[in-house]
Amino acid sequence: MARQTLEVGSTIDGFLVGEKIHTGGMATLWRVTRPDIDTPIVMKVPTILEGDDPTVIVGFEMEMMILPRLVGKHVPKFYGIGDFARQPYVVMEYIQGYSLFSLIEKAPLPADEVAKIGVKVATALVDLHRQNVLHLDIKPSNIMIRDSGEAALIDFGLSRHLFLPDLLEEEFRVPMGTGPYIAPEQVMKNRSEPRSDIYSLGVLLYYLATNVRPFGLPQAQGQLKKRLWRDPVPPRKLVPNMPPWLQEAILRCLEVDPDDRYDTAAQLAFDLSHPDQIKLTARSQKLQRDSLPTSWKRWLKSKGSDSGPRQPRPQQTNLAPIIMVAVDFSDGQEALTEELRVNVKRVLATMPGVRIACVNVLKLNRLTITFTLDEEGRSIHVQRLVELKEWARPLGLDQERVTFHVLEHMDPAEALIEFASSNHVDQVVIGARASSTLRRFLGSVSSQVVARAGCTVTVVRAPRAIAEAEAEDEKMIDTG
Amino acid sequence: MRIAFFSDIHGNREALDACLAHAERQRVDRMVFMGDLVGYGADPVYVVERVAREMEKGAVALLGNHDQAAALGQSDGMNEYARAAIEWTHQALDAASIDVIKTLPMSVTDEDRLYVHSEASSPHSWSYITDAQTAERSLRSTGARITLCGHVHRPQLYHMSPSKPPVFFLPQSSTPIPLMGNRKWLAVLGAVGQPRDQNPAAAYAILDTTLNEITYLRAAYNIEKAASKIHAAGLPQMLAARLFIGR
Repeated sequence: MARQTLEVGSTIDGFLVGEKIHTGGMATLWRVTRPDIDTPIVMKVPTILEGDDPTVIVGFEMEMMILPRLVGKHVPKFYGIGDFARQPYVVMEYIQGYSLFSLIEKAPLPADEVAKIGVKVATALVDLHRQNVLHLDIKPSNIMIRDSGEAALIDFGLSRHLFLPDLLEEEFRVPMGTGPYIAPEQVMKNRSEPRSDIYSLGVLLYYLATNVRPFGLPQAQGQLKKRLWRDPVPPRKLVPNMPPWLQEAILRCLEVDPDDRYDTAAQLAFDLSHPDQIKLTARSQKLQRDSLPTSWKRWLKSKGSDSGPRQPRPQQTNLAPIIMVAVDFSDGQEALTEELRVNVKRVLATMPGVRIACVNVLKLNRLTITFTLDEEGRSIHVQRLVELKEWARPLGLDQERVTFHVLEHMDPAEALIEFASSNHVDQVVIGARASSTLRRFLGSVSSQVVARAGCTVTVVRAPRAIAEAEAEDEKMIDTG
Repeated sequence: MRIAFFSDIHGNREALDACLAHAERQRVDRMVFMGDLVGYGADPVYVVERVAREMEKGAVALLGNHDQAAALGQSDGMNEYARAAIEWTHQALDAASIDVIKTLPMSVTDEDRLYVHSEASSPHSWSYITDAQTAERSLRSTGARITLCGHVHRPQLYHMSPSKPPVFFLPQSSTPIPLMGNRKWLAVLGAVGQPRDQNPAAAYAILDTTLNEITYLRAAYNIEKAASKIHAAGLPQMLAARLFIGR
């Protein structure tokens, strides 16, 4: 491979090379500029060692394949790639912020901070997985927190695009990942599992919360396999004041079988955003590792599971969506709330992995902005929660699959749209009250949600509403 | 440049028209017909004439085993359905169509690309590419960076770095796949006129040489009409039935 020498002041494809800012085992980073780009950008150039280590080259090819296809604030913005025949490089945005790596020295962090970081990283994973890309090397040094607060994922050298060839598959003599963080199925050479990223995030959260790596610093391949059968020390054993909900969330991420973890990064982000709604299981109470016979059984089971590469399965978000149901308890809406429930039942019948977030908006007006602070306000809030739970009771949902939220806001549509967006809701189900001329004139809550929500919205009408609307139209004509 | 590749049309007029119309909407600059224009379907003359018209406008067309057999009226070594179809097609083809077929080349090299109907190491053997071993034989026989072929009626993609055996990839329809420069690629196209990957829609592909991306595409077409013509022509019923299930 012919290579141009890279040095300060040289120009490649219009990029003027500035100072070298990082030299790593796999790549070097150079500041570069181009007249038409006014944000800071960097050029990443693979370090080609003696003998051209194929893993480095293929990893770089993967990055060149995947990064140009990614969009959004959770990845560096892409500006250009260089041909392998001449000078391979990737030019991308220089992310202004700090690396999560710098937080490690502050560990153990308090539970709410760990949860906050968990939400940020899980949110970035939601965005990445929705673009059909698995990161597969989630660790502190690959996560940047932007000055604006969002997490951005970097280094896609081990990543996998579910709809594109996996160039790394052929290099499969050894598992690829980072020892402390790699998921068990990656150890077994499966690179098609979105929940591998959830596992690695679980390792990261464990580390931040306890200052201990749950699986140590494995040096050899045999040590990597240990995580298939030996569970980590429960974090509450190390940090006695850790709330049970955080241990529940972390240990669920660290389940050996991906089916026992969170189905999606969106569900993890949701739980960490609403810790009081996390269903606590035996996981949250554990203070000892599993008994040796239990580990022994897992060890036997792990012996037969060397599965190797496999074709990706359908996208997880389709199987385990978060559905938000907006329930209105105003007088006279009984038929509508019933119809809403009928619709949710239909969804449940077809999607067993679905999660339902039941939402009600407690409308505030400007004069009573401190409303919830007084006795009456609190009791109304609690009353609404009780009503939401009663509404959902006939659905017979396990606590793990349903959550309840009373939002206090002056603008109900705004409250619903915000909730849907910040909780990665896949679909909103909302009732439309009987059509009236006034409502049509002002714009109903449901029509605003339809117009502005970033996801699928299903508008439900009570069976009688249509007939009533027609009757009202006739009345208008009579009097008009 | 955006090049559309159509393979294994097999005398299926409806499928060809649907793919050409679909490709037109994808802003295609050039067309390559990858062989097996005829055989199985009821409209061999229409297909050859249509392809010949495109060739006058700059399209490239290759010879397939069914084209060769139908032009010569030789169906030795074929199964009973193919043989019946070849005999029927040989009768149906006019002199002009046979002349067109006789001019078709076995393979064409175009910049860093090789176009060939079947496995490239020995095009006259009409071998199938069905796995990494057969793909490797094809890939090792050529210096071309990208090989495109048909013949199997099932979309496949193989990539091979210099020192490793090739790796299979099942392409998703409508997803552009970058053909990274540091390795060789073998794109096996699905069939326009007789898909066998359990998807009955007509298959073709577009290669964008500027973006260095290949996209496998599917076009819905009027299967009932193509099938009823096969029945009316007295061709084996099975050749019509399989169109509905893509097998």
